[in-house]
Amino acid sequence: MARPGTTMKLTAPLKVLLQRMAFTGLIGASVGLLVLGKAEAPVVERARMTVVDAVAPMLDAIGKPIDTAARMIDTARHYADVHEENRRLREENLRLLHWQQVARNLEAENRAMRDMQRVATEPGLTFVTARVIADAGGAFVRSVLIAAGTRDGIAKGQPALVPDGLVGRVGETGERAARVLLLTDLNSHVPVQIEGTRDRAIIDGDNSDMPKLTFLSSGARPQLGDRIVTSGDGGVFPPGLPVGIVVQTGEHGVRVRPFADFHRLEAIRIVDYGLAGTLPVAAPPPQPRRGR
Amino acid sequence: MVGAVFAQLDRSLKLALPVVSTVLAVLLSVVPLPIPEYSMLAPNVVLVCAFYWIVHRPDLFPAWCAFLVGLLDDALSGAPLGLNALVLLLVHYAIVVQHKFFRGKAFWLIWAAFALIAGGAAIATAIVAYAAAHLSVPFALFATQLALTIAIYPAIGAVLGRVQRLFLTAG
Repeated sequence: MARPGTTMKLTAPLKVLLQRMAFTGLIGASVGLLVLGKAEAPVVERARMTVVDAVAPMLDAIGKPIDTAARMIDTARHYADVHEENRRLREENLRLLHWQQVARNLEAENRAMRDMQRVATEPGLTFVTARVIADAGGAFVRSVLIAAGTRDGIAKGQPALVPDGLVGRVGETGERAARVLLLTDLNSHVPVQIEGTRDRAIIDGDNSDMPKLTFLSSGARPQLGDRIVTSGDGGVFPPGLPVGIVVQTGEHGVRVRPFADFHRLEAIRIVDYGLAGTLPVAAPPPQPRRGR
Repeated sequence: MVGAVFAQLDRSLKLALPVVSTVLAVLLSVVPLPIPEYSMLAPNVVLVCAFYWIVHRPDLFPAWCAFLVGLLDDALSGAPLGLNALVLLLVHYAIVVQHKFFRGKAFWLIWAAFALIAGGAAIATAIVAYAAAHLSVPFALFATQLALTIAIYPAIGAVLGRVQRLFLTAG
């Protein structure tokens, strides 16, 4: 029994020294990663998305029961006011039928005018709808992870939508997961216009719930309640995607409340309007592609 | 023979519990919950878990584990890669240096120490995030998140204490 004791005594200082060196090395590695990340080295992004890809199935599995439970609670709550809801929907339906008629008329008129002018029609859009598997961010970033990646045809820069409006754009892509940078993130800058006046501006996230309108074209006077839509400038977003509504004007800048509810993102639609031949729905193929 | 293999496997699994539970905390902290503002105000459960295990079983939660857990957290949350890794390493260092202080102390004293370390960690996070990526947080958000993190410690500590008593008393 004495022997292990003596070896312990002999190796203890060595062990402490090794531990100190390892600790310093790890601190150095963290700082190194931060520096590389600041320089926007592609290796950092790749490393991050490799980790996300590996963990995505687990996140998906953990999230599903929570989703189901939330939906059940929602359903139960809706039972309570099903009559009221029904009445509201009937009214809305009437109103929408009217709009449908308006849209048909406009469509016919539009087609006739295009025919007259021989305007090339826009290429058909394709969508990939994906579940939100991580709503991370904490206090520093506004982004979510979705369960679709390059193998589903997702590419960096594609716009991300929910039925209410624009959510953001694809920031990083992995094979089976991607990160969507929300409109509210500090690094989000989207070219927009005021719907009525067509005044151009940029909508800048600042990590608050209401992004700012900057670079307003001179003479523009945005009013409370003005609708903001994408302008299509820069070619990242198609024009006309609904973004939000002006809720603050004046000395402290113009702020916009996005139409999309960032606190209840369940599924996000990624729009591919440039590349043809992507899958219409995020159907997970049986085996992940490997190699290179 | 088979029994021995299983016994060994059982032992290894038990010894991995501190790290596994902290990794689980990372995953749970990013899963979307249908609570408004949750993702912004969510308490830092990863820090709570890591703190608990580094205080009670530093042998099962070495510095490299803190580093890897932090990296995983950064990769999933979209924070600058290395931010939480660095902060968890510093937390690890702070606890291990003061290890004698923590030994056999009453719960409320450990909780008070956690409050101090959580405060330090939050300040370190804010400084590193600003230095590395010019990210800043409104003070109200920062303070609320810190208060929630400190407030949730007893609840998570109780659960982890139970896990420790059940699986790691003899280890």
